[in-house]
Amino acid sequence: MKLWATNEVRAKSKFWYFLRKLKKVKKSNGQVLAINEIFEKYPTKIKNYGIWLRYQSRTGYHNMYKEYRDTTLNGAVEYLYNEMASRHRVRFPCIQIIKTATIPSKLCKRESTKQFHDSKIKFPLVFKKVRPPYRKLKTTFKASRPNLFM
Amino acid sequence: MPFQRYVEIGRVALVNYGKEYGRLVVIVDVIDQNRALVDAPDMVRGQMNFKRLSLTDFKIDIPRIPKKSKLIAAMDAADVKNKWEKSSWGRKLIVQKKRAELNDFDRFKVMLAKIKRGHSIRRELTKLKKSASK
Repeated sequence: MKLWATNEVRAKSKFWYFLRKLKKVKKSNGQVLAINEIFEKYPTKIKNYGIWLRYQSRTGYHNMYKEYRDTTLNGAVEYLYNEMASRHRVRFPCIQIIKTATIPSKLCKRESTKQFHDSKIKFPLVFKKVRPPYRKLKTTFKASRPNLFM
Repeated sequence: MPFQRYVEIGRVALVNYGKEYGRLVVIVDVIDQNRALVDAPDMVRGQMNFKRLSLTDFKIDIPRIPKKSKLIAAMDAADVKNKWEKSSWGRKLIVQKKRAELNDFDRFKVMLAKIKRGHSIRRELTKLKKSASK
């Protein structure tokens, strides 16, 4: 079973939760043999990740399918959790990831991923905010107003 | 034309924040509206946020996600490094770096050189003024 958690203890807890739903096994009758962190095989390649999920909103449970473009699955899942929190105000404990897959670009459904499948892609950056090169040099107040025009 | 520099495949950009600060990278693919896949001859290909990139005028001719060897060949063919060092932006950065490396005595020498330059400029100027007034 593939699942996402911040540490091993939470991962095990989540594992037993999902297993209870799938099979008639409880923690008292089972044993976790191994937990392995899965690293991306090709972290320099961009893939389209499709993620099927189920989440609990204030009114009920919803199913959803989302697409992300990323180099790693973990990165895509990270994006997913952030986006769910911002768009739907759903936090980590209420989200269940049902399935993930890398989607070939032909089968992608969402316009937000398809628009980047162009090999002649071209767009300007409309907002220029050059930050100080290091965090240390960051200042809250500036002597002069920054020029944000490109 | 309002925009001169676009995010596109083969665009050379300067990293202005983070670990790779000051490095020239090439955009090899666009991940989404916030990030691009960037590459350079001496780094591992990886994603980078557009906030960290300053686009330059240079664009090299590469297909999407080229092999490393092809990228290096394309960069050599476009002569990016020399062009960058000759551009005013690149020159300014080089001067900045040189100035930062100076020690106290070097800075003193710079001061003397500046005074000397000022003198010679003023001398020429007075000469010109005299010839103009005649």
